[in-house]
Amino acid sequence: MSLDVNVKALMKNAFRQSKVRGETASRVRVPGGLINAESMARVVEIAQEFGNGTIFLTNRQGMEIPGIPLEKVPEVNERLQAIIDDSGVNQEERGKGYPAAGTRNVVGCPGSRLCPFGCYDTTALARRMDKAVFPNNRHVKIAFTGCSNDCAHVALNDFGIIGMTEPQYDRDRCIGCEQCVKWCRSRSVGALSVVNGKIVRDEDLCIGCGVCVNYCPTRAWTRSPEHYFRLKIMGRTGKQNPRLAEDWLKWVDEDSIIKIAQNTYAYIDEHIDPGAPGGKEHIGYIVDRTGFEEFVKWALDGVELGPKCERASRVYWGGKRYDRSNELK
Amino acid sequence: MGYVLSREGLDQVLQGLGTEYRLYAPVLKMGEGRFADTDVVRYDFVTSLDQIELSKKSDYAFKELLTPLSETLFFFTEGEVKVADKDVRDVIVLLRACDLHAVKRLDQMYLANGTEKDWFYQRIRDHVRFALIGCPSSFENCFCASMGTNVAPEGWVFSLEEADGGYRCAVADGTLAGLFAEHADAEADVEPAHVVENDTKVRVPENVPTAIYKHQMWDEYTVRCLKCGRCTIACPTCTCYTMQDVFYTDNGRVGERRRVAASCMIDGYTDVAGGGQYRRTGGERMRFKVLHKVHDFRARFGYDMCVGCGRCDDICPEYISFAACVNKLADAVDALGKEVDGDE
Repeated sequence: MSLDVNVKALMKNAFRQSKVRGETASRVRVPGGLINAESMARVVEIAQEFGNGTIFLTNRQGMEIPGIPLEKVPEVNERLQAIIDDSGVNQEERGKGYPAAGTRNVVGCPGSRLCPFGCYDTTALARRMDKAVFPNNRHVKIAFTGCSNDCAHVALNDFGIIGMTEPQYDRDRCIGCEQCVKWCRSRSVGALSVVNGKIVRDEDLCIGCGVCVNYCPTRAWTRSPEHYFRLKIMGRTGKQNPRLAEDWLKWVDEDSIIKIAQNTYAYIDEHIDPGAPGGKEHIGYIVDRTGFEEFVKWALDGVELGPKCERASRVYWGGKRYDRSNELK
Repeated sequence: MGYVLSREGLDQVLQGLGTEYRLYAPVLKMGEGRFADTDVVRYDFVTSLDQIELSKKSDYAFKELLTPLSETLFFFTEGEVKVADKDVRDVIVLLRACDLHAVKRLDQMYLANGTEKDWFYQRIRDHVRFALIGCPSSFENCFCASMGTNVAPEGWVFSLEEADGGYRCAVADGTLAGLFAEHADAEADVEPAHVVENDTKVRVPENVPTAIYKHQMWDEYTVRCLKCGRCTIACPTCTCYTMQDVFYTDNGRVGERRRVAASCMIDGYTDVAGGGQYRRTGGERMRFKVLHKVHDFRARFGYDMCVGCGRCDDICPEYISFAACVNKLADAVDALGKEVDGDE
């Protein structure tokens, strides 16, 4: 019997369209990039039983299981249930797989669970964000990285979140060894200097990476009890105008970031190009069209930014404009 | 005299002591660790039992009271000098057996090393007494048994340790007995618990030939060591300091002399005029530190400086083990001895 498959529904169900006729690939969602070993084994089992025995590790920390016959999709969905349960990903109907694929897997670097430089638990926050915005069909990319090294490449996302700590200085514990100064200069931005044997931090220059805390031998430098973040927005890859996300908020808090991301969906619903292919359009292009202020109006609706938060009144993006010129000169 | 106390009872005792003494004890500082959302245990003044961390080894030692990390000694302006004010109310420091042994090393260095006593040290030291935290078991990296510092020396006024949901205290200072008796559940024979054996064992060489200075065993530390000096800051026996003469920028004729901790492991320690630096590499610095702890100090004062608390091993970000290094040193000394025998 010939196949009669609703491809749009298939894709919304987090299965990929394959160039191999009759086959698909199951897209496993792994918020924050952390999966337990049991679920990893389940992915292996699905690949062996239904796929072609391979697993593709995606750029966004998900997994794709290729070579699945289209008629096996319902069975695969049932087998995905335990993985979905373990990952805590929101679902609409049990046994029916993922309810959406538009809002992409939320990326996270290893963060403070593993990395000495991580300023916060990226995994936990990526999972919290995933619970807050998924399922949704809108094409939204969010990534969390633990510090300004940006190992998670958050600047390529619609929302890129970089961890920050506000260094706390106890001058009575400082012995003037200047290791913080040295390491800030070589590993970070050089925001520290010595004045009369004690350390002065240039608060404007400091990016809150925590390198000084890491290298202080006496605990004169410690981390702020509060976790802070830098929010970069509207980065993207793609054909027309790929560009890095730019800083919008600095020293912003976690709750505000979640709310801003949630608010953005209403903004997209209002302003998305009705003719966008597949109902998907990078948010940045919508912002280019509506103007930045319109985005800000929607994004900050009901958001109370903390007293320490700094906000750029205007954001300017760069990037290549392939839609205008493709010349190399 | 010994007493068994409930948690509330011991807290009452500490509150009672608080009327006459300040209490200086290990405290769990939440979120003040090196990494995000990690803690550190270091000493601070406390007013109740709840604030005291008794279940962990402190990452930093009690010595910060006697030899502050940074201390203004005096202020100067033109021809006048004013000694900096100091809170010199009496203090009881809660510490473990190894650290009480460390006090002897600090006293040695500041009060009985040459003809002069360190006036600024003495003015703090005269007001400090000690209470012993018993050690029913060893912590990771401790090697007090190897260093002979597992049993506390005399010099503590009372001891305390957790036992059976309460506390057991021995009281050595008779003047405190009344306070303990008032809040105790019962009297008992109490001997402060001490460690008998540690997992980490260290073999200290008796004599170290000078040929060891050129030995290749130090070379690995040139590659491994960051020269951060955490080992020496955390060490209860390291006493090195340097001076900062600070001239206030608005005037230039007014300022202060500050004494700050220094370390043979940290850049700047062996700098001399003309840009020279006697010990440049991590290997050279490690050699100096290790030999000082288990040989040089003994050559001068008759006993080893190291008290085997293992804080240096706990804190090293590069997993350099002082204990392992001393054992390597002992092996290297043995091997050198055989070479010499063979020559004869």
